[in-house]
Amino acid sequence: MALSNVLETPPSGFNFENVLRNVALEGLLEGAHNKAPKPMKTGTTIAGVVCKDGVVLGADTRATSGEVVADKMCAKIHYIAPNIYCCGAGTAADTEKTTDLLSSNLTIFSMDSGRNPRVVMAANILQDMLFRYRGQIGAHLILGGVDCTGSHLYTVGPYGDIDKVPYLAMGSGDLAALGILEDRFKTNMELEEAKELVRDAIHCGIMSDLGSGNNIDICVITKQGVDYIRPYQESEFKYKRQRRYKYNPGTTPILTEKIVPLKMEVVQETVQRMDTA
Amino acid sequence: MFATQIHGDNGKMKDYHYTGPVEHRFSPYSFNGGTVLAVAGEDFAIVASDTRLSEGYSIHSRDSPKCYKLTDTTVIGCSGFHGDCLTLTKIIDARLKMYKHSNNKSMTSGAIAAMLSTILYGRRFFPYYVYNIIGGLDEEGRGAVYSFDPVGSYQRDTYKAGGSASSMLQPLLDNQIGFKNMEGVQHLPLSQEKALQLVKDVFISAAERDVYTGDALRICIITKDGIKEETVPLRKD
Repeated sequence: MALSNVLETPPSGFNFENVLRNVALEGLLEGAHNKAPKPMKTGTTIAGVVCKDGVVLGADTRATSGEVVADKMCAKIHYIAPNIYCCGAGTAADTEKTTDLLSSNLTIFSMDSGRNPRVVMAANILQDMLFRYRGQIGAHLILGGVDCTGSHLYTVGPYGDIDKVPYLAMGSGDLAALGILEDRFKTNMELEEAKELVRDAIHCGIMSDLGSGNNIDICVITKQGVDYIRPYQESEFKYKRQRRYKYNPGTTPILTEKIVPLKMEVVQETVQRMDTA
Repeated sequence: MFATQIHGDNGKMKDYHYTGPVEHRFSPYSFNGGTVLAVAGEDFAIVASDTRLSEGYSIHSRDSPKCYKLTDTTVIGCSGFHGDCLTLTKIIDARLKMYKHSNNKSMTSGAIAAMLSTILYGRRFFPYYVYNIIGGLDEEGRGAVYSFDPVGSYQRDTYKAGGSASSMLQPLLDNQIGFKNMEGVQHLPLSQEKALQLVKDVFISAAERDVYTGDALRICIITKDGIKEETVPLRKD
């Protein structure tokens, strides 16, 4: 049932019924006042770096819906397995659901085989799924983890392209973050130095890119375990309002009030003990 | 029904990504962001704008205020396409000078508003992509705010927000200055300190939720003693 997703290949051919339907819908809505609802994108800066003992992943926490900030504290570093985490940029729903699906599949696999999943497995499963949907799933992912073969960092694009790299940035703020990474990255960095580098890269993305902002999350994965620091650094822009905006009760007028008593009588009463162990 | 759409006449698969050939055109406009706000009081007027100039997801400048001083009693706030903002303010300055030389007096706020409406409508079929708000003192010394649309329709208001975060600010001003949607609240006249605090607070809120608003806030306070400027920092991210 669920295991079949991991072991068997899905039915051949591309299922594109919904794409045709969407094109038709868009044509219908073109002249009308209401347009198709805009999906929430994360308009992000995410970065990852391989260091001496493990992998450091970083992300900002702003999610935008067009030009409006929809979420000021959204979590972009998703759990995949105890030793694998994934940062997601692009359409928020796509990154969440894709990483959830991946995480379920890997959990079933590790229960079935008794082994911890390897990062290359996660990357291949993601690549299969995203390629199957030919870019319609807008998920730009950075996959990082430590397994028995070492520390690995992969990027998976929405069309299913994969790349294995020592350092990486994605999202709308990727060029800003990449500038910092290109300048200061060295192989086999110490953990603290790698954390500072990722923090600086994300900070640069936050300041230079309008789609990224607010706080910085960092996730450090080593052989010993995972340190998910959320937030690693809170936004330094906390301005206090000068006036209090409180409304006294009664400011919103109650125009009518209708109380309908529900006539109920006790027919039968049973007590069932709940197992709270 | 859909099968015929997938396959063309010769049985080859048609591309389903778009419905036809795409024509790429050069757009003469671009949106550079920014929010402007003006409030009129009994004997003062406040015009405030953020100072961020952006394009797409990038920032061009963190110090590009959108309030321009026209006369000793009038300030205009322009947001939208920066190229048109600069040209429009140049044209208004030139017209003000011409008026001063012909009539030997400065233009009043109401006169500037009427003139701007004509200037904007003159370009009805290739509009200036600018959202204007004029704030100043009228002939009797009372605060006046005139708000415009890109083609010249204008009206006198007590308060108005324009630009990218206008839809977030205007309801808040309606409630706090116009006392709309509230009952049993005393309608106190707006004092200069309260107006200044309100303007700072609403811009802090706008910078939280609008990506195009931020960096710094430039406030111009217009009273009979002249124009005072104040700068307040906002979110830079």
